[in-house]
Amino acid sequence: MTQPDIVTWSDAVFETLMTYKIRQVVYVPDAGHLHLINRCLQSDHVIAVPLTTEEEGIALLAGAWLGGERGVLLMQSSGVGNCLNMLSLTRVCQMPLLMLVTMRGEPGEYNPWQVPMGENTEALLTTGGVRVFPVSRSDQLEQTVETAAAMVFGGEAAAAVLISQRMLGVKSFEQ
Amino acid sequence: MDANRSKQYPLHRREVVSALLDQRGDMLVVAGLGASAWDITAAGDSPLNFPLWGAMGGAVSLGLGLALAQPSRRVLVVTGDGEMLMGLGSLATVAMQKPPNLAIVVLDNERYGETGMQATHTAGDADLAAMASAAGFSTSTTVRDNHALELALPRIRNGQGPVFYTIKICAEDLPLMLPPKDGVQLKRRFRQALLGSDAPA
Repeated sequence: MTQPDIVTWSDAVFETLMTYKIRQVVYVPDAGHLHLINRCLQSDHVIAVPLTTEEEGIALLAGAWLGGERGVLLMQSSGVGNCLNMLSLTRVCQMPLLMLVTMRGEPGEYNPWQVPMGENTEALLTTGGVRVFPVSRSDQLEQTVETAAAMVFGGEAAAAVLISQRMLGVKSFEQ
Repeated sequence: MDANRSKQYPLHRREVVSALLDQRGDMLVVAGLGASAWDITAAGDSPLNFPLWGAMGGAVSLGLGLALAQPSRRVLVVTGDGEMLMGLGSLATVAMQKPPNLAIVVLDNERYGETGMQATHTAGDADLAAMASAAGFSTSTTVRDNHALELALPRIRNGQGPVFYTIKICAEDLPLMLPPKDGVQLKRRFRQALLGSDAPA
């Protein structure tokens, strides 16, 4: 996977988010989200909010929804454990929650400290009441984000699109 | 640490919250779990209250998302010292966005009130107003008596946000005043009161 591919699918995801009237984009950065975050920071239609920890984003987007705005949480898989208790808010109140999670800790990961959260991302999110949509091919990402967004905002549901490490082309596979 | 000093504090939480909400107008109010949620309910339940029953550490973040979504409405977050301590990072997140319509009030009795009144870190040397100031709040103050509270009230209601006030209150056991517990109901009534019955999805 090359950098131009990331730019291409990041642009496509950004346009999909705009189609779904996403206003608040909250994030704990990841290299895989770099281009998407930059697009959001440059957009007049988006409020981009860096978080100190992922669970802030769960609560923040619940507040956004109470106020009539839609949002998305961008994060990497190492942060899923941080979200668990706050996901009780999402579940009990049936708050819409759209998460785009870049994966670490998949086979080939060079940093073993990424593995415990990475190999349990699906299980942890599912436990927290979040439907997961794993994507391993960039040509399937846009459609999957659209599917997840439709489910989230159409039915006040929680969904996470998991973006495979294979699509990220970051240094992890070269070291 | 002086675990008993907060029993002597002159301000009482229900009177403070009653004063805060006395002229609330169309203010949107978020309360952290536990006594803060009971306090805003004792002052009069409202569909524009969003009392949390869990999600500890999330009250300020939720208030931020609401304030960003509703820039023309005042948003007040009322929470306790224990809840605030669990979400300190959110103060830095707020200070980076600087929502002018957001006010945060911490009712600080230096105790975990719902679990047996154990001392929190503010019974030691932790200073929440100093933490908010260091996080980037230009208005961040500790209120200890009625005079300071009277000065603070207009700034909490209307001052240029974000503002942060820690109000030192007496550690006391009070009757429970429970808001509705059904999260979906709390969400729906809030959105309907704020956005109308055809609240956009």
